[in-house]
Amino acid sequence: MKLRMRQAVQKALDDSLASDENVIILGEDIGAAGGAFKATEGLMEKYGSLRVMDTPISEMGFLGAGVGAAIMGLKPVVEMMFIEFVGVALDQLTTQAATMRYLSRGKFSVPLVMRASASAGQGFGCQHSQTLDHWFRGTPGLKVVMPSGSRSAYGLLRAAIEDPDPVIVLEPRILYGVREEFDVDENYRQPLGKAEIIRNGEDVTLVTAGAMTSIAKAAAEICPAKIEIIDLLSIWPWDSKTIFESARKTGRIVTLEESQAASGWGGDIISKVLEQGLDFLKAPPHRITLPDAPIPYNGKLEAKYLPSPNYVSKQIAALVSTNVAPKNWWNEKL
Amino acid sequence: MNIKNEPEAVRRREALKDRIEQLRRMIEIRAVEERIQALFSEGHIRGSTHLANGQEAVAVGIAKEINFRDVVTCTYRGHSHALALGASPESIIGEICGRSIGCARGIGGSMHLMAPEVGLLPTFAIVGAGIPVACGAALAAKVKKTGAIAVAIFGDGATNIGAFHESLNFASIKKLPVIFICENNLYGEYTPIQLSTPIENIAIRGSSYGIEGRIVDGQDIDAVATSISDAAQKAREGEGPTLLEMKTYRFSGHSRSDPATYRPPGELENWLKKDPIKLFSSNLIKENLASLELLEQIKIEVTRKVEKATQKVLASSEPLESEILNHVYENAETKL
Repeated sequence: MKLRMRQAVQKALDDSLASDENVIILGEDIGAAGGAFKATEGLMEKYGSLRVMDTPISEMGFLGAGVGAAIMGLKPVVEMMFIEFVGVALDQLTTQAATMRYLSRGKFSVPLVMRASASAGQGFGCQHSQTLDHWFRGTPGLKVVMPSGSRSAYGLLRAAIEDPDPVIVLEPRILYGVREEFDVDENYRQPLGKAEIIRNGEDVTLVTAGAMTSIAKAAAEICPAKIEIIDLLSIWPWDSKTIFESARKTGRIVTLEESQAASGWGGDIISKVLEQGLDFLKAPPHRITLPDAPIPYNGKLEAKYLPSPNYVSKQIAALVSTNVAPKNWWNEKL
Repeated sequence: MNIKNEPEAVRRREALKDRIEQLRRMIEIRAVEERIQALFSEGHIRGSTHLANGQEAVAVGIAKEINFRDVVTCTYRGHSHALALGASPESIIGEICGRSIGCARGIGGSMHLMAPEVGLLPTFAIVGAGIPVACGAALAAKVKKTGAIAVAIFGDGATNIGAFHESLNFASIKKLPVIFICENNLYGEYTPIQLSTPIENIAIRGSSYGIEGRIVDGQDIDAVATSISDAAQKAREGEGPTLLEMKTYRFSGHSRSDPATYRPPGELENWLKKDPIKLFSSNLIKENLASLELLEQIKIEVTRKVEKATQKVLASSEPLESEILNHVYENAETKL
């Protein structure tokens, strides 16, 4: 059955609310309006306005309420309509939720999920198009995951809700309307911390996540090099075993991230791969990232700003054929 | 939550039903804080501490009126509340000295005291951060129908931060069983309130959110207790939140490095006349519940107890190095 990602999110929330009475959801316009992206449609009618609660536009207030409710044994799923909105509430996540287990020596925990729409590609401009995983990835105590379609959106969200620690789910907004083959199995979980090899190849390991996963797949179709694609799924903690094994097999590693170069998760992965030794690498590791600039609104510029299948294919073909890392587009003459 | 009922803390909490025990606890809080100040000078304490001497009536007045299953969030000026709610002197002095017998095994320090078995979450070191968390605890009580309430304790400085306003708005619109308690000690860190806050009475801020605001004499334990009792009853009956402003004063500076030279002449002396321990002592004598001899005896007993706790702390071990990596996540394998 083909399911849009927003339907998969809605189904994961519905099944979680049905199977555990401690699950509640909180957020702006999630109840009566069914969510800005229709990912919570029908849930308030089904579970009532106490378990599916519309909140004021007051991110610190309701995210903090989610933290407090989680400490007291509920499993709140808090929706941030756009990930940037968490900026006015960040303390509750990175300072309070992240340290509660540590400070209380395990007496209190925060089984909270914060899900947010994230990432670019639809002309929302620079304050509604970022991914911002790096705001959370560097904070011990938090976990960060990113689905790449309907199946992983369902599996990751259900696993995140069942996880005993705070988990941030970054849902690529551009995928909400995209259909993916997925026969809903209520027992399906995507374990946190596990990546998936979604395409086998011998020449190069390409690690990617979120909306970039489909860019990677399209690039592999047109690239002369045989690309092994790993869908990271969990940004933190990440699946070092799967990545190290694949990199040893192919001898080349590339990361494809919808993050700026200076802050992206690829830097961490590449450094850990290099710590494994240089003996198995045929080429320098390479990162395909966003430039260190905010996101432009204009459609042509946004398309240039984001890695395209053609650009990714060319970058990888150059790396594999020369064993020299190619330049990023912003380092070439525009 | 993973909490075993700890009879000692619960017993200490229940003891506060007795008026002499209320006074004894206030004297104990003062003695522990004075000992902490001395331990600082002696080099046993790192970082900073934030004393609340002068504010003991607020702490004990709250603790005696709420149930030990109610949830409390509190600021880094929380020694008094932790002790009032039931934490033992050695668990508090131990934590502040960074020892393994501390309430957080020496991992939290002065700004992160807790007493989970009597509802005190690890205290919040970011101004205002505990207020929305208390709303969440109240929301959980409402969803789970536990009958518990939540109490957010914060200073006057916190009422200029967004978290305070967002929380009052959220709690009011959702009718959450929560009590917002502002300890107005007239200073936000080093700055007098009139330079940071354009109103004299914080309590009026409740009216913007349709919340009853009440000004309370924070030096009078009975006035504090009455206001808490009324607000708790209202919260338990589903009538929503109350904002209580406790007018009080800290006899020390903001933190241990602050001599509080910014106070106008005579201000401290005036407030020392309203020392909550002296006021309560003379009330108990007037009520024929206490004699000067009994008060003297309590002081001696408390001093002895605090000194015994201090010696136990100083003889206790430092936390193991393995504690650094424990309790980051539930599953130990969640690391690279």
